[in-house]
Amino acid sequence: MSAIQPPSKRIWWKEPLDRVELAWIAIALVWALILFFMMPYWHVFGKQNLSNEAYRISAENFQKKTQEMVEKFTVRTETDQNIPVVHPPAGSDIYMLGRLWAWYPILELEKDKSYRLHLSAMDYQHGFSLQPTNINLQVLPGYEMVVTVTPNKEGSYSVVCNEYCGIGHHTMIGRLYVK
Amino acid sequence: MTTTAMFRVDAKSGLQYHKDAEWLMKAHAVAGVVCLLVGGVLALLVSLTRWPAVHLLSADWFYLTLTAHGLDMLVFWIIFFEIAVLYFCGSTLLRSRLATPRIAWLGFALMLIGAITTNIAIFQGESSVMMTSYAPMGARPPFYLGLILFAVGALLGCFVFLGTLVVAKAEKTYEGSIPLVTFGALTACIIAIFTIASGAIILIPTFLWSAGYIHYIDPLMYRTIWWAFGHSSQQINVAAHVAIWYAIAAIVFGAKPMSEKVSRSAFLLYILFLQLASAHHLLSDPGLSSEWKVFNTSYFMYFAVLASMVHGLTVPGSIEAAQRGKGFTKGLYEWLRKAPWGNPVFSGMFISLIGFGFLGGISGVMMGTEQLNMIIHNTIYVPGHFHATVVIGTTLAFMSITYFLIPSLFKREVAFPGLAKWQPYVFGLGMYMFVLVMMGAGTLGVPRRHWDIGFAGTALPYEFPGAAYLMMALVGVSAVLAVVGGGMYILVTVWSVFLGKKIDAGNYSPARTQLKMAPVAAAIEGHGGGAGSFAAPGTFTLALVFLTAFVLYYFINWKYLSQVWGLS
Repeated sequence: MSAIQPPSKRIWWKEPLDRVELAWIAIALVWALILFFMMPYWHVFGKQNLSNEAYRISAENFQKKTQEMVEKFTVRTETDQNIPVVHPPAGSDIYMLGRLWAWYPILELEKDKSYRLHLSAMDYQHGFSLQPTNINLQVLPGYEMVVTVTPNKEGSYSVVCNEYCGIGHHTMIGRLYVK
Repeated sequence: MTTTAMFRVDAKSGLQYHKDAEWLMKAHAVAGVVCLLVGGVLALLVSLTRWPAVHLLSADWFYLTLTAHGLDMLVFWIIFFEIAVLYFCGSTLLRSRLATPRIAWLGFALMLIGAITTNIAIFQGESSVMMTSYAPMGARPPFYLGLILFAVGALLGCFVFLGTLVVAKAEKTYEGSIPLVTFGALTACIIAIFTIASGAIILIPTFLWSAGYIHYIDPLMYRTIWWAFGHSSQQINVAAHVAIWYAIAAIVFGAKPMSEKVSRSAFLLYILFLQLASAHHLLSDPGLSSEWKVFNTSYFMYFAVLASMVHGLTVPGSIEAAQRGKGFTKGLYEWLRKAPWGNPVFSGMFISLIGFGFLGGISGVMMGTEQLNMIIHNTIYVPGHFHATVVIGTTLAFMSITYFLIPSLFKREVAFPGLAKWQPYVFGLGMYMFVLVMMGAGTLGVPRRHWDIGFAGTALPYEFPGAAYLMMALVGVSAVLAVVGGGMYILVTVWSVFLGKKIDAGNYSPARTQLKMAPVAAAIEGHGGGAGSFAAPGTFTLALVFLTAFVLYYFINWKYLSQVWGLS
């Protein structure tokens, strides 16, 4: 009779439903479908979607492409470590690589311009966490992710690593400026 | 074989225990509680380190401790206890002997050896890879070997449970269909087999890789298959603790499921769709298409969420119907007000149910929405969410049923009843707060698994807003409260089980009593049922409050998302 005993009727699947249950199932089903359709809806009408563009790439090749951009568009360096600050032209392909334990290089972008941002990791998995706007992407070694970004606010942003990557994980932090 | 099986009937609950199963359940429960104790101490150390003003451990000890905490709690404590639950639902509820107790003991031994091996590997250092051990970050081979042994042991436990169902059916220990709670346990078992198979597929190659026999593990492949193990293992918990909610409703109130059909169908939806949820963890990964992500992360149209929403209604609904049947019919909520709030079996279960739904369920859907995931992924919001599901949901449900099992299974009185009465409240309140402030900090971007959000000594430091520091301090405070609540549970259980006053349990005899269906007359008089009735209006209003919170919070998150940079 109770839930720890067999059902009281052998043919329990033909028992009628209570209206409370029926009403709730109907409500929950409609809600579940809304939850589902919000995702395709946002792909069509929303402005924050991940592209499906990704490639397999070796660490060496990605580093080479990043370095080419750095050599072409570096405008200054920052800190004692002389980290290059790169100001690539609007609409171009820009690169940021994650490695133990830094994001490289510092990018300087223009507000309301779009860039094709390429992300990859040199060694372990890393997490690209752009603060304070709070955009979080997974960065995998061997994979190059391409996402078109359009900064909507000026300021100094930090790139925190939020995928654990070893003992220096908490020191892995990069920067990005929007002018 | 049957003739050698010995049984006793617990006078108070009328349940029948098979002696071999009894010892196995005890062993698994005790091993689980030991893991909980270890994991709880580690929890305190982890949270005191993340409390910025305290910052207790050094970085290497923090990452080591966090790795051990994750595995001891999420894998070892919960699965040890789950195997005990399977044996209870198979053998005790069906009044059957347990199939092949020797194989069950072998399974237990493997689990124990596995848990110890992995713990030793972690505490030796060089295996601080977190619970997820994402390749290409490698641990020492014993780390993986221990997990594999543990999984094989758990798999044997699943097969013993399935064997017990076969035995019970063949020996006709029950009439009709298996009880709903056993059906829920069967759901957990089926998901467990899928989970363990996925674990084997990824952990065995990773073990060989760490030992030097395989040269490369693709990180995306690792993540995809590991999460078929990692997330699905949390779905075992969902199925198991929902089954326990039903069991507690039945034990405390004699509650009858509102409808067998609805509750069982909801469990069936879990089997069909829950395992797709492993996609939740890959939503911001490169190399997987949006179509794949949207289809899988929605558990196919959110049918598994639907199932949880159904259980969330039918469990309290069955309690309401039972209470109304006893005459607590005044207004919408007299049934709830007059519930036995001083009985930790009930109070813990109810706190577990509400917290799981409001905190764990809603936040889970946020994280599992393809685009919303980008403002949450890998922030401390994520542990906020899963502490609501596996600590408030699963662990608190397991704690609640323990207060029933101490007299019934362990044949002891519950020691320190005053302490036991307050334990679910202290633990529950601590965890509710803990989870909320973690999610708050995550919304502000605070990363998970991070030793120093102050970035001291780095070239380009970032300063999180003051509110984030406040939230992280509250994470520490509420964690201390929850650890006190967990400590109360361990004190009560350990004291009761080993030093508690013995209860006369009656004698063992080979005679087995059959589990009968309730007479049809009683069923007709029973509450619920009938297309015209509205058996649980109070629960229905609570469900609407839940839905309102869900809808509001869901669209608030879309609003947040619409304000971040354009991404395409």
